[in-house]
Amino acid sequence: MLYLQLFWSFFQIGLLGFGGGLAVMPLIQYQVVDKHGWLSLQQFTDLITISEMTPGPIAINSATFVGTQIGGLGGALVATLGCILPSCVIVLTLAWLYGKYSDMAVIKGVLGGLRPTVVALILSAGLSILILSLFGHEGFSWNFASVDLLAAAVFVTGLVILRKYRTSPILVMLGSGVIGGAGYLLLERV
Amino acid sequence: MKKNAANYFKLFKSTFLLSAFTFGGGFVIISLMKKKFVDTLGWLTEEEMLDIAAIAQSTPGAIAVNASILLGWRLMGPVGALVSILGTIIPPLVLLSLISLVYEAFRDNVVVSAVLKGMMAGVCAVIFDVVITMGSKIIKNKKILPIIIMVGAFAAYFILKVNIGYIILFCATLGALTSVYDKKTGKEHI
Repeated sequence: MLYLQLFWSFFQIGLLGFGGGLAVMPLIQYQVVDKHGWLSLQQFTDLITISEMTPGPIAINSATFVGTQIGGLGGALVATLGCILPSCVIVLTLAWLYGKYSDMAVIKGVLGGLRPTVVALILSAGLSILILSLFGHEGFSWNFASVDLLAAAVFVTGLVILRKYRTSPILVMLGSGVIGGAGYLLLERV
Repeated sequence: MKKNAANYFKLFKSTFLLSAFTFGGGFVIISLMKKKFVDTLGWLTEEEMLDIAAIAQSTPGAIAVNASILLGWRLMGPVGALVSILGTIIPPLVLLSLISLVYEAFRDNVVVSAVLKGMMAGVCAVIFDVVITMGSKIIKNKKILPIIIMVGAFAAYFILKVNIGYIILFCATLGALTSVYDKKTGKEHI
């Protein structure tokens, strides 16, 4: 039953995840955190962090991670299979159509509708992680005294560096791990 | 392309190495695939690779997986597709299973959790950087409909908590219908 749920959840992620990269993140959050509660938001954020640091697509990384966490190796295989099955069918069908009719106006329209949607969804998922990072598990509040200032500083600095110098995201994350990590350890000592 | 064991192995090895050492998501892996299969091996023409990239990006699922399915199928039929899928998913599957196993043990370590907490702020910076880049492209295009879709999808998902699948399907359909209407009237809404 668990395997079936895993398969079906990641099948939907594979089926609806247009756009590559972070675009699939909100779908994974929906299935894995909001709907099934397989991971907490904290664990999910760790997973995104790990995924950004390792090679491989986020969807496959997540399928393996979540599958292993809740169903061992079998879970990982089932979730990964669910995730790539829609791709196999759709990609090969489209390749066949593409060979027949090379005018793909409708496909372009579909993508034109999805691109802004994907931006909105990534922003939503990013906001929920940012709120966790700045306010902790209590969630957003207008009481800005409860903001984690170290996290805010790391976030703003990281964003400025990325925008200004086009640095590799991996470097920014390594930097924030080192600086943030050292900062939190020192704060706990005081 | 001869369907012999040596070529299957070469296909497996190429996709495996590409997947194991490519950081930075789908678009990066496509350019590396072009280098390997077009420039080094000469198995595909540049034209074929462009078609593969176009289809891989416009279908749901991880871009790296989509591209490897198409590439394997084009070169050596169904078995080729299977071989290149395996080459692409085995590295993240193995790596993330291992990380998932040690994650439980390491998450409660004081140093690890401090570093992950710092990285969480860093990953927010990476996500917002992506959102700013993608979002400003849509706004600069100065088409009204995509901007409305972006704002509407954000409100629907983040504020009204509408099911993510419905949002994606609705916006895809809207894009498709608009493109059909545009083609008839010669306008460009999307």
